[in-house]
Amino acid sequence: MSEKKYSKKHEWVSLEGDMATIGITKHATEMLGDIVFVEVPDAGKSIDKEGQAAVVESTKAASDVYSPISGEVTEGNKAIADDPSSVNADPEGASWFFKLKIKDKGELDSLMSKDEYDKFCKENPS
Amino acid sequence: MGVQKTALYDLHKSLGAKFVPFAGYEMPIQYKDGIVKEHISTRTHAGFFDVSHMGQFFLEGDETLEEALEKIIPSDLKSLKVNHSKYSFLLNNNGGIIDDLIITKTNKGFCIILNAACKENDIKHISQFLGQNHKYLLNNDLSLIALQGPKSVEILEKLIPGVSELKFMTGNNFSYDSESLYVTRSGYTGEDGFEISISNKKVNNLIDFLIKNGVKPIGLGARDTLRLEAGLCLYGHDLNEKINPVEANLKWAIAKKRKESGGFNGWSKIKNLLTNGSEKIRVGIKPEGKVIARENTKIFSSNNEEIGFVTSGTFGPSVNASVAMGYIKSQFSEIGTLIKLEIRGKMYGGKISELPFYKKSYVK
Repeated sequence: MSEKKYSKKHEWVSLEGDMATIGITKHATEMLGDIVFVEVPDAGKSIDKEGQAAVVESTKAASDVYSPISGEVTEGNKAIADDPSSVNADPEGASWFFKLKIKDKGELDSLMSKDEYDKFCKENPS
Repeated sequence: MGVQKTALYDLHKSLGAKFVPFAGYEMPIQYKDGIVKEHISTRTHAGFFDVSHMGQFFLEGDETLEEALEKIIPSDLKSLKVNHSKYSFLLNNNGGIIDDLIITKTNKGFCIILNAACKENDIKHISQFLGQNHKYLLNNDLSLIALQGPKSVEILEKLIPGVSELKFMTGNNFSYDSESLYVTRSGYTGEDGFEISISNKKVNNLIDFLIKNGVKPIGLGARDTLRLEAGLCLYGHDLNEKINPVEANLKWAIAKKRKESGGFNGWSKIKNLLTNGSEKIRVGIKPEGKVIARENTKIFSSNNEEIGFVTSGTFGPSVNASVAMGYIKSQFSEIGTLIKLEIRGKMYGGKISELPFYKKSYVK
């Protein structure tokens, strides 16, 4: 798998060929708190870059999860929908949200590296 | 007026609190452990809550004070014994709820605990009904600490001997650290516990003791999940000025004598509703699966008729399920009635549930 790329909306993408795996960052889970509900997209759904793809809810509030790149969903992670708290436990590993067949690899260029993302989080605390 | 802080602000900060603005105060929404752990530790052990933003309103006067307050509060204040508390409301002319409150009879008059967001307006409202021989004071020199959970009694008894003898919804004066403080056995979590009214100067000592005895700090986030599991209303969400006690399914809180004799704001309307029932009523709702029905979620019947709306909804850690409360047309309010909830444009199933979602017995 390639090195992870990060969006300003706190999603991560990792690439294998033209298949992308997408989830939310550890920083996002720390901001959200205890995650109690997750809705992931079904296979076959087309999503545009920055389009709404999934939903994550903590005890505090509901948030949309956006896709950092365009493509067609090949799989949503049903395991996290069954056990939402697993997203807090391993957000950047086993608790990915969905996989996507990507449309345009060029879109990845607009995303941040790990270092750039860490810096972005420090400069934009919320 | 800037943002206000309670006397414990620095302590919250040192405990890793995340703050949110709430009713003009900077209040902790959660600490390091997070809402779910805070919730569970309150239910299984004990937790403390800084609720000093709430109004501690003291009234003094002769027996005409009871008459004056009974015009806006539908409790039987004349028969209430000293050191006994009642849950009640301030009512407007239409029987709408201006605030919900706990009123305790004291040696000199009454103490009323008011919601933080409502307290200024409440006092304006109450004072209109008072006479020249009645005195009142919103005491900002006092903090209010809720200690909740099954271990509360054992822990507090060590510090303040005698509190274990208090029964639910009674209180008394105790001495601590060469000062007098007032403790009631009450709370907002569905657990046994106490509310301690203590001077701002001494409150840090009390909290040090609680922390040393393994009591965790609990923020507003877990306070909300705890009270919702216990089926308790949150003013501004489940209650407001357009909702009356009958609609709110709180007619039990109107004293029997007052239901018969009336004489309080909105009585004619409430009397009619007590006899004929209300068009809508507050109910418990259990959404299907894990989906959360937040405030303002629309409720539909199985025939897709819009029949109500959600006023509070969250995940209940102790019942391990999504829980909600809302208002629904009364003919759909029977326990077990199947409903639909519109969430993010999609329909989800649910059913009308008994309240509370989580039940524990209080010490009576």
